[in-house]
Amino acid sequence: MNPSQDTGPTILEMRSITKEFPGVKALDKVSLTVRAGEIHSICGENGAGKSTLMKVLSGLYPYGSYSGSIYYQGSEVRFKDIGSSEAAGIVIIHQELALIPELSITENIFLGNEPTRFGAIDWIQAKKRAVELLARVGLSDDPDTQIKNIGVGKQQLVEIAKALNKSVKLLILDEPTAALNENDSQHLLDLILGLKGRGISSIMISHKLNEIEQISDSITIIRDGKSIETLNVKADGVNEDRIIRGMVGRTLENRFPEHTNTIGEVFFEVRNWLVQHPQVAERMVVKNSSFTVRRGEVVGFAGLMGAGRTELAMSLFGHSYGNFISGQIIKDGREIQVRTVAEAIGHGMAYVSEDRKALGLNLLDDIKRSVVSAKLSKISRGEVVNDISEYQVAEKYRKSLRIKAPTVDDGVSTLSGGNQQKVVLAKWMFTDPDLLILDEPTRGIDVGAKAEIYGIIHELAAEGKGVIMISSELPELLGVSDRIYTIFEGQITNELPVSQADPETLMRSMTSTKKKVNAV
Amino acid sequence: MSDRDHREAGGFRFKDLKLVLGGGGTLKQFGILGSLVLILLLFQFLTGGLTLSSGNLINVVSQYAYILILAIGMVMVIIAGHIDLSVGSVAALAGILVAISMERWNFPWPVAILFGLLIGAVIGLWQGFWVAYVGVPAFIVTLAGMLIWRGTNQYIGNSATVPVPQDFTYIGAGYLPEIGPDTGYNNLTLLLGLIVVLAIVYGEWRARRTRRVMGSEPVPLWVSITRVVLLSAVVSYAALLFAGGRVGTSFPISGIILGVLVLFYSFVTRNTIFGRHIYAVGGNSHAAELSGVKSRRINFLVMMNMSILAALAGMIFVARSQASGPSDGVSWELDAIAAVFIGGAAVSGGIGTVTGSIIGGLVMAVLNNGLQLMGVGSDRVQIIKGLVLLLAVAIDVYNKSQGRPSIIGFLTRNRRDPGEQPGATGGGTGASESPSPVVPTSGTPETVRPSAATPN
Repeated sequence: MNPSQDTGPTILEMRSITKEFPGVKALDKVSLTVRAGEIHSICGENGAGKSTLMKVLSGLYPYGSYSGSIYYQGSEVRFKDIGSSEAAGIVIIHQELALIPELSITENIFLGNEPTRFGAIDWIQAKKRAVELLARVGLSDDPDTQIKNIGVGKQQLVEIAKALNKSVKLLILDEPTAALNENDSQHLLDLILGLKGRGISSIMISHKLNEIEQISDSITIIRDGKSIETLNVKADGVNEDRIIRGMVGRTLENRFPEHTNTIGEVFFEVRNWLVQHPQVAERMVVKNSSFTVRRGEVVGFAGLMGAGRTELAMSLFGHSYGNFISGQIIKDGREIQVRTVAEAIGHGMAYVSEDRKALGLNLLDDIKRSVVSAKLSKISRGEVVNDISEYQVAEKYRKSLRIKAPTVDDGVSTLSGGNQQKVVLAKWMFTDPDLLILDEPTRGIDVGAKAEIYGIIHELAAEGKGVIMISSELPELLGVSDRIYTIFEGQITNELPVSQADPETLMRSMTSTKKKVNAV
Repeated sequence: MSDRDHREAGGFRFKDLKLVLGGGGTLKQFGILGSLVLILLLFQFLTGGLTLSSGNLINVVSQYAYILILAIGMVMVIIAGHIDLSVGSVAALAGILVAISMERWNFPWPVAILFGLLIGAVIGLWQGFWVAYVGVPAFIVTLAGMLIWRGTNQYIGNSATVPVPQDFTYIGAGYLPEIGPDTGYNNLTLLLGLIVVLAIVYGEWRARRTRRVMGSEPVPLWVSITRVVLLSAVVSYAALLFAGGRVGTSFPISGIILGVLVLFYSFVTRNTIFGRHIYAVGGNSHAAELSGVKSRRINFLVMMNMSILAALAGMIFVARSQASGPSDGVSWELDAIAAVFIGGAAVSGGIGTVTGSIIGGLVMAVLNNGLQLMGVGSDRVQIIKGLVLLLAVAIDVYNKSQGRPSIIGFLTRNRRDPGEQPGATGGGTGASESPSPVVPTSGTPETVRPSAATPN
């Protein structure tokens, strides 16, 4: 690596960028400086503001929707859309690839940028250029191949080829290796290093700290929408532990209600749960996972996005995700079958989805209808729903969970995120579950409502129910759980009682399969 | 509660008018119902009183009953997020088979009717299977069905008409019989009117009691009374018109069948688990499935139900025209779909009501009938109907894209302003702090903009 890069000219400087969404400050005076020809990584927990920052940079959030200024190649830039940032040579490659599966590699590379001759697309020229570009990213596939027929790893490379075609100077990669296996990841990382050799700077967002350590020149750490520090990998002698400390290094405030749970015996056990990806047959999203839940216990599941937490939860809940391969669920001492959601509900399971709006609620419904929707039979005689009981049930939950709405006739779409979440919780509490699986129950909710939801979780546990809580926020898991499992790449990598867990240990188990501490 | 007191003290306001007409929870239909009344009065004026004459009203009911029956099934299909283009062809096929069963196989007419319903069920089984269990979009399945069943109709009937026996025509062309003393009116029709009036009074009383059991304030008493008096007057007037027509005519049997179906399906969609599940699947099928709703079963049953109703509509039509022909039911699906969308249903599913669709269907029927009475040619009638449909849905879409409630919000908003303004400035009601309390929200979609796209 070229030592002159340490002092190379600055290609990009973002100065005190602030971006607010209604009720949330996603970015708070974030600054980022990238030197020409370096690989600069951005690290932070989920929700820290990394992707938002990149959306500001790429013009997806146009100039004017944020405050602060961006200097690129020496002058201030005001991108109004993606097109204008691309014209300047900044190309972003998103986590979800923006390729069209039905089109060929060539067509995808030149999409929106087609070479023309007398007004018609010049396919001969395009194909020639495509072969060149593919060679640069180390692909030898036929450029006529449809995107859907090549693997995710190669698709990622096609994305980069597409970026190269736009004469990219600054490449932004958002979780580029999240969906790749080890070989493909390594290939991609090598390619990024190769591009660096040709003077292309990269900004990389990744949760895989070993990769960051391996290829980055410098690292900026973002936490809670603020830029915390920028580390020079070589000069500062950065390693994974150092990065983790930066990512989680907040003081644990006393945001979690005091509680004393009386924990009973194990009543729910999962053995060797194996689930296949719904589309990609060779990929296992949950690998031989086994865990237990005791009565009155809050069990935390820590894992980064895409680690397989949600996949595990949904596949347990009536095989709602992926293709079930094998595994057992033992409840109260005997094996149960949960092939459908109805069966799972029948066995006293409840699943509060991480995506409230897409999977948790019918936004067209009012509160009362939503609350009873998972167990209508409970307030019905035969097929006929009893309006009055419905109203009374909903009213009871509105009061006990303090759902802020004038009446239960109000539409759930008019509620704030926190109150919508309470409606979802009410809906599942109404089914009288023994085991509640809460997937990111506080995502997108303000601090006050979060504390209330923690309170509800403890009340449920105090009633003797088992609670599984999946969360990306380590402080939350440490504050609420009694025991924590970590998941990485579909595998349970560690199990710790909360007394022995700390953010750094957890983060280590969430980012590698190596089992360092196993204190149980 | 001070808001309510203030309103009562503040005298008459448009909001109260809506309470009278809409009844607490169902303001949604006010806009369409209002349009229906306006159109009726307009044509009454333009046709010099012909529109609201006995003969014409009876004619409208028997002429459009089968379309309205289709609209009942169609709204359920559309709520579930599908569409059914095959209903006209299904009706035609059921019609010809029923006609043949009586003509050639000498089925007695009640058996023939059951046979017709069975045909509908079998067709529904077929279409429901493809939609629900194979996953072919209903648009395609029923487009195919439209061709298949039309072709089958013409193949079986050799593209010729098949007459039906006199007894059978009763369900399509029959009227309530004359019984009892000679009052100059049809007694059974008067009795029917009386029953409806009693039902209105009972319904209002029950609604008030339910509200009270639920612990919430019912609408002010005078609102209830005004509503009951108003509706009873309308029903009584209509009963007199229906009962006082040409001798031998009265309220059509097809209208009675329609009425029973409306009551039944309103109940099913509103008050049963099955009905709730239709809305759940149409509103958010993923969320519904994760709540244990068997969405395939719901889709299957909804499609099947539609075909059964289509078969019934076909039989009524055949009975009315006294023969089954090769082009029966052509473009009925479009009339039914138009009725449903004018009635406030959403193209994307999850929203719609049986009563709304019936009112939407009546808007189209009155429009059609009124224009015909005025001697407007069918070419121009089609143009006008097309524009009405487009406008109604455009207002709906516009309102949704603006994050406002549906068509009714728009229709009432303009009228609301003059009524609302003095109250807001003069009294400083609670309504002035935010616009939401005055916008009717019942059941209408509030497509909330994705709030604060959660970073990362």
